[in-house]
Amino acid sequence: MTDPSEVGIVFWVLSTVILVSAVMVVSLRNIFHCAIFLILTLTGVAGIFVTLNAEFLAAAQVLIYVGAVATLMVFGIMLTSDIASRRIEMTNQKAGVAVLACMVFALGVLFLIKITTKAGAGVWQTATEPLPADNVLTIGKQLMTEFVLPFEVVSVLLLAAMIGAIVLARREAS
Amino acid sequence: MTEFAYLIPLLQLLSFVMIIFFLRWKEKVSSGLAVTMSVAAWVMSVWVLIETICKYIGAHGAHVEPFEITYYLTVFPKINLEIGILVDALTAMMLLVVSTIGACVQIYSLGYMRGDKYFSRFFAYLSLFLFSMFGLVLANNFFMIFIFWELVGLTSYLLIGFYFEKKSASDAGKKAFITNRIGDLGFIIGLLLIGTYAGTFNYREVFDAVSGGVFPPEVLVVAAIGLFCGAIGKSAQFPLHVWLPDAMEGPTPVSALIHAATMVVAGVYLVARGMDIFVGSADAAFVVAAIGLITSFMAATIALTQNDIKRVLAYSTVSQLGYMIMALGLYGYDTANGIHSPGYYAGTFHLMTHAFFKGLLFLAAGSVIHAVHTNDIREMGGLLKKMPKTGWTFLVASASISGVPLTAGFFSKDEIVAAAAHHPVFYFFTLLIAFMTAFYMWRLCFMTFFGKPRDAEKFDHAHESPATMTGPLVFLGVLAVIGGWVGIPGMTGFSEFVFHGEPYHTHVDWVNILIASSVGLGGIYLAWLMYLKKAISADKIAQTFRPLYLMSLNKWWFDELYDIVFIRPILTLGRFLWTFDARVIDGLVNGVAWFTLFWAEMKQLFDTYVIDGAVNGSGWLVSNLGQALRYLQTGRVQFYTLFIVLMIIVLATFRMLPTGTWLLWTLTFLCAALLLGLIGRRTVTNTAHTESEKQA
Amino acid sequence: MQSYLMLAGVLFVVGIFGVITRRNTIGILMSLELMFNAANINLVTFNNFVTADGLSGQIFSIFIIVIAAAETTIGLAIVLLIYRNWKGIDSDCYGVMKW
Repeated sequence: MTDPSEVGIVFWVLSTVILVSAVMVVSLRNIFHCAIFLILTLTGVAGIFVTLNAEFLAAAQVLIYVGAVATLMVFGIMLTSDIASRRIEMTNQKAGVAVLACMVFALGVLFLIKITTKAGAGVWQTATEPLPADNVLTIGKQLMTEFVLPFEVVSVLLLAAMIGAIVLARREAS
Repeated sequence: MTEFAYLIPLLQLLSFVMIIFFLRWKEKVSSGLAVTMSVAAWVMSVWVLIETICKYIGAHGAHVEPFEITYYLTVFPKINLEIGILVDALTAMMLLVVSTIGACVQIYSLGYMRGDKYFSRFFAYLSLFLFSMFGLVLANNFFMIFIFWELVGLTSYLLIGFYFEKKSASDAGKKAFITNRIGDLGFIIGLLLIGTYAGTFNYREVFDAVSGGVFPPEVLVVAAIGLFCGAIGKSAQFPLHVWLPDAMEGPTPVSALIHAATMVVAGVYLVARGMDIFVGSADAAFVVAAIGLITSFMAATIALTQNDIKRVLAYSTVSQLGYMIMALGLYGYDTANGIHSPGYYAGTFHLMTHAFFKGLLFLAAGSVIHAVHTNDIREMGGLLKKMPKTGWTFLVASASISGVPLTAGFFSKDEIVAAAAHHPVFYFFTLLIAFMTAFYMWRLCFMTFFGKPRDAEKFDHAHESPATMTGPLVFLGVLAVIGGWVGIPGMTGFSEFVFHGEPYHTHVDWVNILIASSVGLGGIYLAWLMYLKKAISADKIAQTFRPLYLMSLNKWWFDELYDIVFIRPILTLGRFLWTFDARVIDGLVNGVAWFTLFWAEMKQLFDTYVIDGAVNGSGWLVSNLGQALRYLQTGRVQFYTLFIVLMIIVLATFRMLPTGTWLLWTLTFLCAALLLGLIGRRTVTNTAHTESEKQA
Repeated sequence: MQSYLMLAGVLFVVGIFGVITRRNTIGILMSLELMFNAANINLVTFNNFVTADGLSGQIFSIFIIVIAAAETTIGLAIVLLIYRNWKGIDSDCYGVMKW
């Protein structure tokens, strides 16, 4: 268990990477570049997971997001637009309002986090024992016992998504 | 067979249902079904009777447990309601009486009602009546007997008013029904008292409760008199006897079946059945006896002067019913005082013999009426030659009712006289009634069947009735003689079969027999002198005792009395109430109506200007607001997302603000929404422009 | 803990901003992924600092990752369909759900 107040240099580096690349993702004009930065962000988040004692999750993050989802995105980009030639406006007219709203929103969120995690606020009790050391084993056990129903449901959901994607993307016979 | 006794009523119900719903249009089939069912009931009743007799004779006077089937209804947990049948000696005897008369009347009706417009319906009603009557007799508790009691009342009403096109018939039906209701009120009171104190309606349990002292004495008296009130109504006793003579408006077979032999003895049966209750309260028993005597005497005096053949018989019936009731009442009174009396046996025995000869009398009278098409005996005479079978059976029945030795009535009447022997007043009047009975019955006989025909035309048209009608007459004529032989004094017979408490052992009392029969024969002799020999002028006697004659002729002015005492005041009250209605209530109602109208006018104005204004205004507001707000629906998902974010901010702000200012903030929010709507509109117009440019 | 939550919050807001402002539908999908990740960071953080009772938070994150994958698949399929019908995937192009 890590002391809540103590965050190492690793965290700062990682969070800088994440936030900078996230801003890049939403603001760059070239959608392909956005995808690259997205991969960077996701990898950073995986690093954050590692610092939070969630090694299995970090691995899954890398495998699924970086390996699969991001690749899928790139494929999608390549299928739908001409990356190299067209450099169109990537943000719309609402950018001004959106910036304003998001600033307010972010300030509100940060304020809330500040007051709720303040020492002695008592909103969240802090954990007293460390996480199970072997978290792959624990996750596996819990998935198969406690969370077996959601697990099955989610598998059905994946199947449905797969079939749905095929049905949607399939070219009409004509 | 006894265990299947419940089939006896159910067969009749089946017949009724079949006829009324399916066979009404097929006269032969429906009447045949009804007759078959009643004959089947007769056979079964005889069977049940024989079985019961064997059971009782085999017991040699020891206590015999009656046959009983009970099915409990658990609808009301607090009180034991049950449906069941009880077969003991009394029931078996009643079954025989009802089924015998029932079968005879049904066969007789085949001839009598031939060609009637409602032939099938008549038989359906007869079946329904038999169902109810059998049910009444077989019931094993007071609740059930009450249900069937009302059912026989209903069928009686239907059958009295059978010729409902005739006003007098439908009026008579109503009169019978309403008069019976008055008696039934008492019956219900008695029933409720019994149910309340005994907690059950079952005969045996109630009687156990009575002998166990569950009832306070005064309650028992009221309950007993209440039950007797029912009997008064149904058996046409003294204050409520007025309906029975009028009930003669019904078809004659109905009069024979219902208003002579079976339904009217239901009251007697009820008193006999509930004898434990009357024995438990000597006062109530004395009331019963007194009412019986008064009724009997009064009806006999009225019967002396009536000229309508059916009315004479009707008053005779009332008189004889009074006789039975009196005997039962005396039994209860004597037993309560520790004297062993033949009253119970006498009353029930007379019930049986009376059913035979009175049923016969009515059927024969019906045959006469059928032949001469009049009810008035002054227009008859000498009919014995024309219709010998009818005439002779009528004479036999008359002999029986008059107590001519060795006929059925002789034995039963003797016992009643014997039962009254301990009480001088009752004894005197009993003999007097016996004398009068003989007199008016033979007056009827002599005027109808003997002498010279007074109306030649009617006499010429008269003819003997068909075999379906004379057959039952002969059968009943035989019963009217030998039916009493089961109760010959000094021999084992009826008194060891139907009894209450201890069996009564009859003995030959020659003095009693001599007195009773000589009184009867004296009555016959006087009638012969006056109406056949004309030795004594009837008119002269009528002149001499004119007030008495008028009193008798006008039936003691009972109808007039009731008219003055009850009906007129009620009508006057009704008229007064009507006037009250017309003036006060109507005024009130009209005033209320006027006010309502005025108020409605006001409301209409209010509606037009205020409500409609509000409605239209809100409609206008909504449509205009919608017009403005619809610009928010840009169709762009991202715009919606933005809106969601703004919403979250706004809501979070609300949460942090003091609660009182929410209205202000809502307004601000709405303004912001409108603003956004305008922004969205501008955006869309821009896009539209770009798109059109693109296309161009 | 505070820092982790703040990181997640900021990441979430960036994601929202992206969703609102990106013209390219695939860009919107990417921004959605950012938001998912912010939520995941939150869950894992709480699992680490608040309730050490088992690994429920991480398991929930796994489910979220799975659902996100499914969502991406479907989303891209829809994008393909849109591209085929409108010859472009800019979100302004298919604003047909308006009044």
